[in-house]
Amino acid sequence: MAIVYQKSKGLTDAELHYCPGCNHGIVHKLIAEVLEEMGLLDEAIGVCPVGCSVFAYKYFNCDMQEAAHGRAPAVATGIKRTHPTQPVFTYQGDGDLASIGAAEIVHAAMRGEKFTTIFINNAIYGMTGGQMAPTTLIGQKATTCQLGRTKEQAGMPMRVSELLSTLDGCVYAERVCVTDIPHLNKAKKAIRKAFEKQMAGEGFTFVEVLSTCPTNWGMSPLKAKQWLMDNMVPYYPLGVIKETSAEVK
Amino acid sequence: MEKELWKGNEAIAEAAIRAGCDCFFGYPITPQSEVPEYLSLHMPQHGKVFVQAESELAAINMVYGAAGSGMRAMTSSSSPGISLKQEGITYIAAAELPCVIVNCMRGGPGLGTIQPGQGDYFQATRGGGNGDYRTVVLAPSNIQEAVDFVQEAFDIADCYRNPTMVVCDGLIGQMMEPIEWREIPKRDLPPKDWATTGKHGRDHTNIINSLYMDPEECDDHNADLEAKYKLIAEKEVRWDTKDCEDAELVITAYGTPARIALSALEALRAEGIKAGLFRPITLWPYPEKALHDLAGQDHVKAILDVEMSAGGQMIDDVRLAVEGQKPISYLGHAGGVMPTIEEIVESAKKALKEAK
Amino acid sequence: MKKEIIISGFGGQGGLAIGKNLAEAGMAEGLNVTWAPSYGPEMRGGTANCSVVLSDKPVGSPVFAHPTELIALNEPSLVKFEEGVLPGGTVFVNCDVVTDKVHRTDLTAYYIPCSKIADEVGNAKVSNMVMLGAYVAATKVLKPETIEKMIQEMFAGAKAKFIPLNIEAFHRGMACVQ
Repeated sequence: MAIVYQKSKGLTDAELHYCPGCNHGIVHKLIAEVLEEMGLLDEAIGVCPVGCSVFAYKYFNCDMQEAAHGRAPAVATGIKRTHPTQPVFTYQGDGDLASIGAAEIVHAAMRGEKFTTIFINNAIYGMTGGQMAPTTLIGQKATTCQLGRTKEQAGMPMRVSELLSTLDGCVYAERVCVTDIPHLNKAKKAIRKAFEKQMAGEGFTFVEVLSTCPTNWGMSPLKAKQWLMDNMVPYYPLGVIKETSAEVK
Repeated sequence: MEKELWKGNEAIAEAAIRAGCDCFFGYPITPQSEVPEYLSLHMPQHGKVFVQAESELAAINMVYGAAGSGMRAMTSSSSPGISLKQEGITYIAAAELPCVIVNCMRGGPGLGTIQPGQGDYFQATRGGGNGDYRTVVLAPSNIQEAVDFVQEAFDIADCYRNPTMVVCDGLIGQMMEPIEWREIPKRDLPPKDWATTGKHGRDHTNIINSLYMDPEECDDHNADLEAKYKLIAEKEVRWDTKDCEDAELVITAYGTPARIALSALEALRAEGIKAGLFRPITLWPYPEKALHDLAGQDHVKAILDVEMSAGGQMIDDVRLAVEGQKPISYLGHAGGVMPTIEEIVESAKKALKEAK
Repeated sequence: MKKEIIISGFGGQGGLAIGKNLAEAGMAEGLNVTWAPSYGPEMRGGTANCSVVLSDKPVGSPVFAHPTELIALNEPSLVKFEEGVLPGGTVFVNCDVVTDKVHRTDLTAYYIPCSKIADEVGNAKVSNMVMLGAYVAATKVLKPETIEKMIQEMFAGAKAKFIPLNIEAFHRGMACVQ
């Protein structure tokens, strides 16, 4: 019988622990497929964060390091600088990257570290139980802003792709989502482009994936998808935020 | 071998290069900034990696990444910066990664002072981060030892897959002294087949990790670490003595105070007072048995612990080792003030008089 | 033989360099040496000092309160360290900068017009060599040839034109105490 679809070799057989309707699994699959398709699985070294994707090291079929909360870009710097020809990536959530690890991601981008960061923005802390993140939207409820986030109390949500785009070392930043097949295909293209630019030695590459968190948003998976399109996309516009062509560089 | 005059911090940096350090990640802080300054110039000349990190937090995590992928990695800092590195150090210890950390200690607490201090003894020997872990701690008391120990530290780290610290103080970092680049005996080191180097055909993934969701598994992991620490305590403990054979008064000190104590010994002996020095070289593992046995000798009447610390920190280990066999008194200054030769002489006489 | 020397002056005046020269020369003659600087804000223009030990035995403490010799390049240094000099010790004063005199009567004092001589030699930068000459001639712990050789090594290659200048300054300093 002809095989029409099979799991990427980039993923192990470990069973994912993610909640129903969570986008982590999809994004894992996309990264795994890109690494496999580019023939990079044997070379790749990934770094996972503290957050819901803390066990990502069990799922990716490549060498992995588990970093302290927020420090994945520093860990990846240590790896990439000493293994400059190999693909290196970090996989981080919004609490990890935009809050406790803000300095690490900004400076990795500033230095133009030649690794790729996949940033999962679901506007909330997932693993610790739905607390407010720097990316939580105004009015959005979380366990540490139970009446909804206010600008007065917590400031406006952080647009990380735009922030990093101001740094010359960041050569590529794109925001995507995986709520349906067309978006998913775009997301995969973005991830592939990020790795291609990394392997070409252009600089720091960044893909922000808007993601759902049905559990902590308190919604069904379908409703969560709709909520993401209706609420997150207007504040966090999809598309290429920055792309420096190799020639210009 | 020809002697060369070197500044402590620069000698430490050069020693790292000679030990085959692949990468250094640092951040400026007085009084250790000459280490990153020197390496920023010389590491690239040797085809090695130097990165000035955005913070000590980032620097130690760069060490984690590089060490985890099989490289000889090092960072250095001074007291407040070492505090910031503690998170990384506990992760490195937990993930069993080899690396070298140099602490050029200054007086604390808080910002404290940039002058020499030894107030980080507890932090270094008890594990300054969370959880049950140990770092091997070497304490040079002159620049020759500093360069020898830095080179050995890489081997010790690789041998046990454990972070190894070299703690000196601002004076050792800043002063100059003639040294020889002598051959350090090499150890038989295990292959780093655990490192995340990319699979390259390996049939399994290598994972660097310190997370265990199953408490039983975490308990087992801790037991393994503990067994390793016991082995290190057996094999790596080091100390030095001077004039202890007939000493009535034994001074315990490490680093710069041990050096000042050498001059005090001379003065005391000149007055006919039988004084000796017991100097731990490894602060962890502590030379507990050696000190216990020395304190048990009949000729020893009293012990004087000298540190650059307000109330003494190593003195706790001295008490644990001596186990009440002989009276222990203390002389120390914190905040960057060094004990003087005269103070040590006076305190030694007083301790001896009280004991008799 | 053990010399414990404190050299003190304004930051940038060259006191730390005199100390390094003494340590280098001592090492070249096979002595045990240490050079320990005061460090910190002094480096940026306050009073900076260093402690140098030259000894035929291994050096214990690299820092000490009672030097055998004091080299005072500015007024605050003399005020701060004169008191501690070992009885019978020696004080070298740069009298172009320091107008005060050594008060203690149990010390030997040399007043060396370092800046004036340096100007006469033709370069203000060599005033340290004048002081070094005075120290070497007065204490006789180091051979003048050792310093001369050191100067030749210090200014090797493109800087060779500075050698005669420095050697002359060194000799003029020696002459001050002979």
